[in-house]
Amino acid sequence: MLARLISRFRSVFRGRNAVILVPMLWLFVLSAVPLLIVLNFSFSEMEIASVASIWKWADDALTIKINLGNYLYFGQDPLYFDTYLSSLKFAAITTLWCLALGYPFAYFMARAQAHLRPMLVMLVMLPFWTSFLLRIYAWKTLLVSNGLVNQLLMALGVIHTPLQMMNTPFSLTIGMVYAYLPFMILPLYANLVKLDVRLLEAAADLGASPWKTFWLITVPLSKRGIIAGSMLVFIPAVGEYVIPELLGGPDTLMIGRVLWDEFFSNNDWPMASAVTIVMILLILLPITIFNKYNAESKSEEQA
Amino acid sequence: MKHLFGKSWLTMIYVFLYIPIVTLVVYSFNASPLVTVWSAFTLKWYPAVVHDSELVGGLILSLKVALLSGLISIVFGTFTAFALVRYRKFTGRTFLASMANAPLVMPDVIVGLSLLLMLISVQRWTGFPDRGMFTILLGHALVGTAYATVVIMSRLREIDTRLEEAAMDLGCKPFQVFALVTLPLIAPALVSALLLTFTLSFDDVVLSAFLSGPGSTTLPLVIFSRARLGLNPSINAVAAIIIAVVSMVVIASSLYQARAERRRQREVNEAYAQTN
Repeated sequence: MLARLISRFRSVFRGRNAVILVPMLWLFVLSAVPLLIVLNFSFSEMEIASVASIWKWADDALTIKINLGNYLYFGQDPLYFDTYLSSLKFAAITTLWCLALGYPFAYFMARAQAHLRPMLVMLVMLPFWTSFLLRIYAWKTLLVSNGLVNQLLMALGVIHTPLQMMNTPFSLTIGMVYAYLPFMILPLYANLVKLDVRLLEAAADLGASPWKTFWLITVPLSKRGIIAGSMLVFIPAVGEYVIPELLGGPDTLMIGRVLWDEFFSNNDWPMASAVTIVMILLILLPITIFNKYNAESKSEEQA
Repeated sequence: MKHLFGKSWLTMIYVFLYIPIVTLVVYSFNASPLVTVWSAFTLKWYPAVVHDSELVGGLILSLKVALLSGLISIVFGTFTAFALVRYRKFTGRTFLASMANAPLVMPDVIVGLSLLLMLISVQRWTGFPDRGMFTILLGHALVGTAYATVVIMSRLREIDTRLEEAAMDLGCKPFQVFALVTLPLIAPALVSALLLTFTLSFDDVVLSAFLSGPGSTTLPLVIFSRARLGLNPSINAVAAIIIAVVSMVVIASSLYQARAERRRQREVNEAYAQTN
């Protein structure tokens, strides 16, 4: 019996199947199961210092008690709605700034001399390799009221009293743009460096102005890079926790912080789970767009 | 004109990217305990860091977790990448691909919270695992696997499958082909993946905050809790040390990889020249 089981096990768990099953199990247990558990928790309710399970097995009958209270609570307390809205707003602002700063940057990088390009890319990557947390902390030292930016502006005579920059939407935005800019630049660069220069020459030969060529040829051809970069910035920005915690203030509501407080300060796991599920639903569309882009550009490469 | 505009744009963004880093390092030599007000040059914060047992303990734990999770990530990353690149059709391929993709795009708070709730549920059933180094390791290994998969996949797509076919024709068993031909070919990607996953783990705050327990405080958690309270000269000194080490490793490894790539290209060219 045991021998048969073992041989059965070995025939399934061999070669090709093993190669597929190993990552499948690993990722299923750590990536899919946790999300199902969060979903499960989001339908349960808090009892005194513990969470009531939604599954009950009594008298040979399984009862499932789905409690929608956590989700209904979103409607009652405008804090959640405002916070989601404000998270989406800050993520969108961050994405737009990254695009505005990053697109010309990636464009000029791609047009630089070929032997300079690897070094330019490395210089973009280098801050990314050094601690994210420390770089955000650095902005704190720059923006506080007796920080370098205020000292500089006062020395130049632009202002006479220090500006309140820390713990404002300004400090949050600058920190987010700073942290996510490389995620915008790198996919854009990868896309723009492959652009066929002959198309630009053809447009110029046919009498298009450089500006027109840029809008009619370069931008549409780099659409994929724009989408990939924007999604890579937007999605994590929605759920960002560290930057709002260190640089944000009372008027910079972010959902990551609310989730954190719900979990660590209020110990309300069902509510934190419901907040998480709604956040996932919000970023599901951007994720789908991103995945579609990824699949398309892969199949294009293989063609 | 266009040239000048391009150059100044590049310079401006590079300045933006590097100013915070440079300030951190410069002010780590500031004698005043008020981090932002320069008084005089000093090295006193550096010995203070070495004698700070909280920081040193955090550093040791972070290094352990980063190394182990990096190694676990490249093992599972290789499996995932191999399955996705080499087996075009199997049941659940899309499922596997999206599971491998999810930790890349999901905000950290979601990954952290969901893993923690699962581990708590498992712990209630079985009494294992307690929150600590092991649980942090699991979280980092999950995210690391996702990143390692991307890096290894792009290399696996590039390599010449005829080399593997030749090995099989010469009588190698599938595992031998993998160990003797495929593995050496993807080795550079494994090194990059290890560096990347190591860095991500060494840098992580959010996952560690969810998954750590009493007595398992990683270096970023120590720094984060101090940074939350305000500015602290010890953080500048730690930052300067980390930045110095990271820059050296990144520059050395990119030089090494550029050289290895050139050498490989030359060998390939020579091999083809001989056959013709």
